[in-house]
Amino acid sequence: MTASVSIRNLTKTFATFKALDDVWLDIAAGEFIVLLGPSGCGKTTLLSILGGFLTPTGGTVTIGDRDMAGVPPALRPTTTMFQDYALFPHMRLIDNVGFGLRMRGMDRASRDAKAAGFLDLVGLKLSARKKPHELSGGQRQRVALARALAVDPDVLLLDEPLGALDLKLRRQMQDELKALQKRVGTTFVHVTHDQEEAMAIADRIVVMNHGRVEDFGPPSDIYMRPKSIFAAGFMGEVNFLSGRVSRVECDAAEVETQIGPIVLPIANFTIARPQAGEHVTLCIRPEHFRTVDRSVAGLSEAVVSDVSFFGTHHRCHLAPVASPERKLVAHMPQSARIARCDRIALAFDPAGVTALPEVPET
Amino acid sequence: MAQPGETQATDIAFPAGSARRMLASALSWFYLAAVYAFIFLPVAVLVLFSFQDGRLPVPPFNGFSLQWYESVFADRKLMAALANSLMVAVASSFVSCLLGFLAAYALARYRLPASALQRGLLIAPMTVSYLIIALGLLAVLNALQVPLSLWTVGIGHVVINLPLCFAIIYASMGDHHVNIERAARDLGASDVKVMALVTAPMLMPSIMAAFFLSITFSWDEFIIAFLLSRFDVTLPVEIWSMLRSGLNPKTNAIGSLVFLASVVVLVVLELALFGRSRKP
Ligand SMILES: Nc1ncnc2c1ncn2[C@@H]1O[C@H](COP(=O)(O)OP(=O)(O)OP(=O)(O)O)[C@@H](O)[C@H]1O
Ligand SMILES: [Mg+2]
Repeated sequence: MTASVSIRNLTKTFATFKALDDVWLDIAAGEFIVLLGPSGCGKTTLLSILGGFLTPTGGTVTIGDRDMAGVPPALRPTTTMFQDYALFPHMRLIDNVGFGLRMRGMDRASRDAKAAGFLDLVGLKLSARKKPHELSGGQRQRVALARALAVDPDVLLLDEPLGALDLKLRRQMQDELKALQKRVGTTFVHVTHDQEEAMAIADRIVVMNHGRVEDFGPPSDIYMRPKSIFAAGFMGEVNFLSGRVSRVECDAAEVETQIGPIVLPIANFTIARPQAGEHVTLCIRPEHFRTVDRSVAGLSEAVVSDVSFFGTHHRCHLAPVASPERKLVAHMPQSARIARCDRIALAFDPAGVTALPEVPET
Repeated sequence: MAQPGETQATDIAFPAGSARRMLASALSWFYLAAVYAFIFLPVAVLVLFSFQDGRLPVPPFNGFSLQWYESVFADRKLMAALANSLMVAVASSFVSCLLGFLAAYALARYRLPASALQRGLLIAPMTVSYLIIALGLLAVLNALQVPLSLWTVGIGHVVINLPLCFAIIYASMGDHHVNIERAARDLGASDVKVMALVTAPMLMPSIMAAFFLSITFSWDEFIIAFLLSRFDVTLPVEIWSMLRSGLNPKTNAIGSLVFLASVVVLVVLELALFGRSRKP
């Protein structure tokens, strides 16, 4: 089964510390949502509130149109998959997976049959009689997943389920997790601080920082059109350029920057329509730089201060001639011929540039 | 810190160093032997003279005989005392473990008022001498007009073993179990079920360790058993009353049996629990 989740005005304070600050989220049934943010930003806190392990200081959580205030974890249509898996060490896998069914009063034969089915789903049918300590990390993770799914939750809450795995296994489990989620159709809320993992599996990503939601949307939107400086920086490498809107036309605006005037489509101003004279910060991803033969009108040239070959691209550090202390990072195509101390023309695809209201530079 | 390295270097250079090392190692072996002799000589003598072919358990050793063991097993009173001891040990250890587990669970998992103080109070009886505990219990039982019996001995043993059981079980209730219990609750288990199906089985090694340790303590405890019993007595008390009529290889024989029983319990404990828990 599956259910939608809606979070309104949610706040959680520990003594004087605001762990969650006015969080609003609407999650559709069957969505794969990833909560992404740095350590201590409140991801686990939010998940614990959804699971019923913590009571919010303010605000409401509704799951499938039912208000969850005062509902204990056992009576919620959620199950949680803990970061350390929390398998029962003294039980065989089949009893681990069947535990929730046992608590629902199902008799031994039918719960064993159902548990075996879920172990099969995660590819561990043959290990049903083993104890958790006989398994590898990845296998334990699958048992935890099977155990959580066996009680047929509407919403599955996963707290950094892949955190303990090595990189290769992690990528593999991401794919499996995503495929499984599509198959069972349950709403997944998944916590991570790895942005690659988030992009690999999420239908929509919630970027969190200091207890607030910084951005919420599909991975491509958050990467290409971030709604905050923090979200832009957290999703990958980015160059920030401060500037001032000098001219606004019907579908484009010109921004005056240290490296020259840049004309952007209005749609790239993600927060609000630009006003002439307004200060903005431009976010340019390294891969949006282009190599060109001729200088683009008005844009400064740059000196390559450093370059290294990364296989898929050349990673260059550039010092614009107009403002040499304003270092830029650019990824140039594999085929480009670039060497240290070269003087190149700066150019980038305006579609890839996002403009955000300026925050005081740190 | 550099010293061990230096000695090693001189050892290689001068053979005299290796002689010194041999002497040091001989001394440490001698020390080891002396320590074990100090600990086990009394027991060895006790066991040896339980096989004495004669009426006195003192040197010289006259010859090997099982007659004293025969008379031990023929002695109805001794056998009854042995059964009493066993009963009191098992029952009081079971109660101590149960109460110790519940107290440990409550103090480890719930926020209770003055929990540090409560923990201290639970462990405090460990520091009080058995004699004082026995006298205190005697006064209370008298005041309440409870007649002395094996029950009162059992109560006394719970008083001395509860702190031990609580301390062992509480120490094994780590935070890493919290999420496992949460998971159980999340999957629909009630508090009682979480305790019975998840927490207790998970802590079984330390619960069993506490159980067997209390059994050995209760099994050869004398003062409380002596002061709190009347007609039915436990084995140490019975041995005591035998001793009053003088030394006798029969007391050695029963003493050896008591020792053997303790050793068996410890070996079982070591093999069954610590041996297993060493594996991951
Ligand atoms: N019980 C608590 N009492 C006081 N402060 C708490 C408590 N739980 C969490 N916090 C604080 O709330 C903030 C958010 O914690 P949370 O565990 O939600 O972070 P997180 O985003 O899950 O971080 P991580 O990625 O490290 O797991 C942290 O700064 C933490 O110190
Ligand atoms: Mg966390």
